[in-house]
Amino acid sequence: MLATGVVGAVEDPWIRWSWVSGHVPVIREALTQHIELTVIAVGVGLLIAIPLGLLAWRQRLLRGPIFSLTGILYTIPSLALFAILIPFTGLTFLTAEIGLVSYTLLILIRNIVVGMDAVPLEVREAARGMGYRPFAELLRVDLPLALPAIMAGIRIATVTTIGLVTVTALIGEGGLGSLILDGLIRDFKTPLVVGTLLSVVLAIVADVSLSGLQRLVTPWSRGRSAA
Amino acid sequence: MSFIGQVLQWFLDGSHWQGDFGIPNRLFEHVYMSAASLAVAALIALPIGITIGHIGRWGNLAINVSNVGRAVPSFALLVFAVQLVGIGFWPAFVALVALGIPPMVTNSYIGMREVDADVREAAKGMGMRDRAVLWQVELPIAAPLIMAGVRTSAVNIVATATLAALVAWGGLGRFIVDGLAQRDTVQLFAGALLVALLSIAVEVSLTGLQRITTPIGLRSETTTQEVRSTSLSAA
Repeated sequence: MLATGVVGAVEDPWIRWSWVSGHVPVIREALTQHIELTVIAVGVGLLIAIPLGLLAWRQRLLRGPIFSLTGILYTIPSLALFAILIPFTGLTFLTAEIGLVSYTLLILIRNIVVGMDAVPLEVREAARGMGYRPFAELLRVDLPLALPAIMAGIRIATVTTIGLVTVTALIGEGGLGSLILDGLIRDFKTPLVVGTLLSVVLAIVADVSLSGLQRLVTPWSRGRSAA
Repeated sequence: MSFIGQVLQWFLDGSHWQGDFGIPNRLFEHVYMSAASLAVAALIALPIGITIGHIGRWGNLAINVSNVGRAVPSFALLVFAVQLVGIGFWPAFVALVALGIPPMVTNSYIGMREVDADVREAAKGMGMRDRAVLWQVELPIAAPLIMAGVRTSAVNIVATATLAALVAWGGLGRFIVDGLAQRDTVQLFAGALLVALLSIAVEVSLTGLQRITTPIGLRSETTTQEVRSTSLSAA
């Protein structure tokens, strides 16, 4: 028994191309699911974080509670957070998304607050002096100036989420983690390597494209070092 | 019985508190694994980060290490370690050490770089030698950020140690992984609660330690706030 196990381990290469070519649809589906889970998590996270971030920035009294609450959510390990939700929402897409969205909140809100705080007082006073009403000032002066910090938050949240999505395979929600889990269960390296490489490449591609987007939407900050 | 009642009963069941599979032993395994990995990761990461921060070179290395570290899923790291060193204690240990290094390298580097150049010049002007500048000026000022890196690593390690149950190591993750496998939601929930409480306890106590290590002259609400945000965006 031991001998066959050892021989098997030696014969299992890091990547077996025949498996890859035979499993293209499976790999493509895992990748698509991974991207879907990530995009929805960061998108919904942003929808929640923008009002909360602006609230935390405006109301100093609410800043502490908002940071503490999202900080606690961020601290709870992903597997534990999913597990806490399972009795209520089951082994579902919803459970995965609630967990993933919770992790984006702290990063996004903190970057929104840091970005808004960094808008110079003179600039805001100048805007007021030019007759901007508060809402117009927010939309046309404060938010654009805070954009580099907010985009930096979106980049960190996206890359972090791509890593966390691999854990959702443990609650049966697919993604590239299902390939990694497959590799672990069958003691077969190829799906593990494919799943990990695609996850890392996806994270890098997402980071680079978001940084490109950041340059595109903040043309005035070019030449300065990136946030 | 309500679900919460069942969870309560699980915790009150004496058999869950004794033996190799009991809560105290699982907690011990979790803390032992995390502390050992954090200590070894710190021994590797802090000298590197502090040195490159002190001499002011290879800064890109510090930043890139952290970016790559963030892109590699910890779950994948763990499964890779299994391929290299088998199952049990060692793969989890190797993966957790690797996971713990990047935030500490980056934060100690940034902490050292953010020491005001004027302060460093003043120390030299007072006749302090290089070594004294490092130990008596730079390190104390960088301490809050270095500690923020240690905290980030510790929280990441404790979280990933939960996944170590997948590679046949114990720890509190055992309750979650077994609960998932056996469709035992009560055990699953109870285990998750224990993991969450441990993580929050680690975060809170290290935040306290970070405050203590901040030199008194640098202590204020705003600095802690800024340190937190910097540690996050850097980690």
